[in-house]
Amino acid sequence: MYEFAYHRPASVAEAAKLLAADPEAKLISGGMSLIPVLKQRLARPSALIDLGAIPDLVGISVTATTVTVKGRTTHAAVAASAEVRQAIPALAELASHIGDAQVRNRGTIGGSIAHHDPTADYPAAVLALGATVNTSRRSIAADDFFTGLFATALEPDEIVTAVDFPIPEKAAYVKFPNPASRYAMVGVFVAKGPMGVRVAVTGAGANGVFRHAAMEEALAKSWSPEALEGITTPAEHLNTDIHASREYRAHLIGVMAKRAVAKAG
Amino acid sequence: MGYEGIGASVRRREDLRFLSGRGTYTDDINRPHQAYAVIVRSPHAHARIRGIDISAARSAPGVIAVFTGADMAAEKIGGLPCGWQVKNKDGTPMAEPPHPVLAIGKVRHVGDPVAVVIAETKAQARDAAERIAIEWEVLPAAATMEAALQPGAPSVHDDVPGNVCYDWHLGDKAAVDAAFAKACKVARLELVNNRLIPNAMEPRCAVGEYDAATGDYTLWTTSQNPHVIRLLMGAFVLNIPEHKLRVVAPDVGGGFGSKIYHYAEEAIVTWAAGKLKRPVKWTADRTESFTSDAHGRDHVTEAELALDDQGRFLALRVRTLANMGAYLSTFAPCVPTYLYATLLAGVYTTPAIYAEVKAVFTNTVPVDAYRGAGRPEATFLLERLVDIAALEMGIDRVEIRRRNFIPKDAFPYQTPVALQYDSGDYHRTLDEALKAANWDTFEQRRAEAARRGKLRGIGISTYIEACGIAPSAVVGSLGARAGLYEVANIRVNPTGSITVFTGTHSHGQGHETTFAQLIADRFGVPMSQVEIVHGDTAKVPFGMGTYGSRSLAVGGSAIVRASDKIIAKAKRIAAHLLEASVEDIDFKDGMFRVAGTDRVKSFAEVSLAAYVPHNYPIEELEPGLEETAFYDPKNFTFPAGCHICEVEIDPETGEVEVVNFTAVDDVGRVINPMIVEGQVQGGVAQGIGQALLETCVYDEAGQLLSGSMMDYTMPRADDVPCIQVGTAVTMCTHNPLGVKGCGEVGAIGAPPAVIGAVVDALRDYGVRHIDMPATSQRIWRILDAGRQRLAAE
Amino acid sequence: MPKVSLTVNGKPVSVEVENRTLLVEMLREQLRLTGTHVGCDTSQCGACVVHVNGASVKSCTILAVQCEGAEVLTIEGLAAPDGTLHPMQEAFREYHALQCGFCTPGMVMSAIDLVQRNPQGLSDREIREGLEGNLCRCTGYHNIVRAIAAAQVVMHGKAKELPRAAE
Repeated sequence: MYEFAYHRPASVAEAAKLLAADPEAKLISGGMSLIPVLKQRLARPSALIDLGAIPDLVGISVTATTVTVKGRTTHAAVAASAEVRQAIPALAELASHIGDAQVRNRGTIGGSIAHHDPTADYPAAVLALGATVNTSRRSIAADDFFTGLFATALEPDEIVTAVDFPIPEKAAYVKFPNPASRYAMVGVFVAKGPMGVRVAVTGAGANGVFRHAAMEEALAKSWSPEALEGITTPAEHLNTDIHASREYRAHLIGVMAKRAVAKAG
Repeated sequence: MGYEGIGASVRRREDLRFLSGRGTYTDDINRPHQAYAVIVRSPHAHARIRGIDISAARSAPGVIAVFTGADMAAEKIGGLPCGWQVKNKDGTPMAEPPHPVLAIGKVRHVGDPVAVVIAETKAQARDAAERIAIEWEVLPAAATMEAALQPGAPSVHDDVPGNVCYDWHLGDKAAVDAAFAKACKVARLELVNNRLIPNAMEPRCAVGEYDAATGDYTLWTTSQNPHVIRLLMGAFVLNIPEHKLRVVAPDVGGGFGSKIYHYAEEAIVTWAAGKLKRPVKWTADRTESFTSDAHGRDHVTEAELALDDQGRFLALRVRTLANMGAYLSTFAPCVPTYLYATLLAGVYTTPAIYAEVKAVFTNTVPVDAYRGAGRPEATFLLERLVDIAALEMGIDRVEIRRRNFIPKDAFPYQTPVALQYDSGDYHRTLDEALKAANWDTFEQRRAEAARRGKLRGIGISTYIEACGIAPSAVVGSLGARAGLYEVANIRVNPTGSITVFTGTHSHGQGHETTFAQLIADRFGVPMSQVEIVHGDTAKVPFGMGTYGSRSLAVGGSAIVRASDKIIAKAKRIAAHLLEASVEDIDFKDGMFRVAGTDRVKSFAEVSLAAYVPHNYPIEELEPGLEETAFYDPKNFTFPAGCHICEVEIDPETGEVEVVNFTAVDDVGRVINPMIVEGQVQGGVAQGIGQALLETCVYDEAGQLLSGSMMDYTMPRADDVPCIQVGTAVTMCTHNPLGVKGCGEVGAIGAPPAVIGAVVDALRDYGVRHIDMPATSQRIWRILDAGRQRLAAE
Repeated sequence: MPKVSLTVNGKPVSVEVENRTLLVEMLREQLRLTGTHVGCDTSQCGACVVHVNGASVKSCTILAVQCEGAEVLTIEGLAAPDGTLHPMQEAFREYHALQCGFCTPGMVMSAIDLVQRNPQGLSDREIREGLEGNLCRCTGYHNIVRAIAAAQVVMHGKAKELPRAAE
């Protein structure tokens, strides 16, 4: 790691101010993505602004229509939340399988979606559930939030404060992990609810998480695994690596999607 | 205190320190005024070094020194030696190009060490390492054996055109050709034995220290054989006489072969400590381990088995290409020859065998022994070939094995590939394994799995290995540049407690417990009175270390021999004290007794007399009670067994789950059943890893694509099943304990059983063989092709 | 240099670190608590797992400065002051759940957190899945799973004594 300055602001406003003042600074939340990058010396931020001392950024609240998860809430907290399990079991289930137990104890929803690693799980939930990402300055619809590989609509000095998930009628997430890293090689989140029928795919896309229009259309007509029969995924925009060719990923998207629909019931 | 002797599952004594965080691994050692080394490594597979500018690094904060290959050459530092010379078919020696400690002129693999930066802190050394500017002339790389053997291929070593290290053979070619000519059936197989990266959990580490007052050097290192390192590094690399060089291998976090070899970093820190007059420490990052620890396996083989109409094996013909990597690691040449081709008889009576092995240099990390070393490669090809022969002849897989087993009354059995097996009962291990695995009711489980939409298969392997390495005269005639005996020194202390110094090294095997059980058994003393010391050349007289499942068979035998000497001397002392003739003294349960009387002396009384020789036969016997034995084995030992695996495949994704695994092994006499089971289970997990998960992947440019645990699939807890282990023992006939060895059986026996199960599960898809690792992607391709073929029909 | 104040194994400490110092580096290099190991550099192996404020974390993936005010528990702090082993340590010994010992501290710390978070008890399969963040190259995991299954019985107060392994 290269040396950096370290700030531990007590409020979102203070953090945003620090961030605005130093274009080379980076936010650190759980650090589960950032610290490995720093250790490999692949990034050289001038300063880390640690959100760890901001109590306002932690917590889960549930209304009749919405689950709100604040930005620095850990995956373990979401997984263990009885309210989330009740309202959107698929979300708790997804959180309970992110990384390993130690990642879940530190990693946060805000960090995960702001980083937009193409193999992360949360972006699939955000996109498929049609969530709204609240930041230090505005609200961003999920469809506008993920803009590309490791890229989001966030401005350089903008901080994710919470994510609002509309409670769906049905939803499920199924993933096929990379055998080595255990990150999603293909993960499919399907949802039917106030935002319509939505299918989001993570792990597979060369540009990060994406919605699967053909599957959404088929499921909107008939919510059943059989409805997905024969729907293929064009391979050309998918990732390829030593573990899975783009053709294999395309195939797995179909299998995971059917399983997700079956699981959602 | 329960029974602690031979056959008891005594809980391990070493565990208390490991479980409380008080182990002492090399990286836990910090010497006063210690500096930190970071190695600058080649990012290229093959490149000439046009120039190295160290000036910016040299002036970076905290930097003490920067050294390159030129600095070492200027001091006439030798290259890393190879410990085994294999000869070509025509009797000429193998190509043995130099292996500089730090690259000189050019680099030959990604990770090849080029320079070392030594600084006050590790972070400063790393910061400065980035400031070293190297001007490269990147050369085309020979990243695979296929590429290296092409006409006009880049030469890894300029003086080895064609990149062939040796072209070797073993067996009777004429007899094999004749047998093939009259064969009723020939089964053929081409296969790849996948390259593995050992990944012991403790990364390598070395700390060098120089004492200016005495001129003594000390190296603490993550080694399986500190005396071998002292010999190789002192004599061949740094020119430090052995009496001025101490090598300590403290607690070592797993080895699996990868910590046998003498590595560049050991020489670098020792040499630098002398130059700087400060202790120097180097610790590998895991990413660094991937490109600097010796890799394992990596064979490409064509094999043919000739059979008669009854499925009896007539002859075996094998042609193998073996990857050496860019340099010859310490024992690399013997792995695909004397540890491989000599095992091609397996447990079968195949009368004629001929094997040709071509060893090839490539622009990859050196390849050397990894758990099993040569024997897993031989076993995999043989057992896969036997399965294919059975399939193609319509003979049951178990039956074809039975028809060809060496019968239990045929021992000692001379194979056509040099080895003489001393004992075994292959029908018995097979029968017990079949029973334990419920082989007969498998079809019910297959049908039940099918109802759940899963493809279930079962696989079997009946393997043998040669271990307990090894008779010195034999290995010497085969090219070893060292003896392979083992050493034990037993020091009985005045009050009767016992300190045992062994030349073997424990890095997980539990010697501190097993060897103490041996001593407790021999001397009738509680284990609490016994200390086992290993891993320090300043304490242990000599030793060849631990690998090839040799510790108990060779090191344990040395302990027995030294014990015999102690008891013989102690009896003479006891005879004097008891005023009896030495022939009349019995020693049992820690008491010396005049036979048939109640006149006794305890072991402690006799020990005390040896050190306080007031009433002592001083004219005939020296005082003291300490003996040393060097034990050179008469033969290898031959553990054998049967492994049975059941898998289920998800036909939609290709994912394989190992659902049952049964191993029944003949490891000779068992001293501690708990430890033996643990060794087998660990080996099986590595075998499952090779079969389903692990593989080292280089791209065409020689870049390592599986270069971290993010891409190299290490088996995790949910990748492996509950592993059922049994033993069916025959005694080794030529060592005093009757032991054979258990460290490698799992890694040898498991892979063909797993792949056999996968192939069996896919039997409706026209598959006869699948190369390792059988990943979900590889299986999905087979399933997909099968479905497309079916659709087309 | 920045100073971080925290509690390690029940004792308050104050340590000067660089901002880039990892918790594991501070524990090993500065506090000389070398029981916590480093087996990889990609947060995969789990040899470095310790508890921070009661939760298992990979101490190679958290900065020392992030632990200001935290309570850190390492393998050295697990046994009772009189040396009595924690039931998980005892179970690892009884069931031969370690060989080289290098992954063991992290494995034990992860296992304790896993059991504590699952008072309902864990099946063998759930234990295997719960160990996703810890690699062992020696044991094949078989005996680790048995040890954790045995330890949870004691940790949940369902038995006073650890069930013994068969001879």
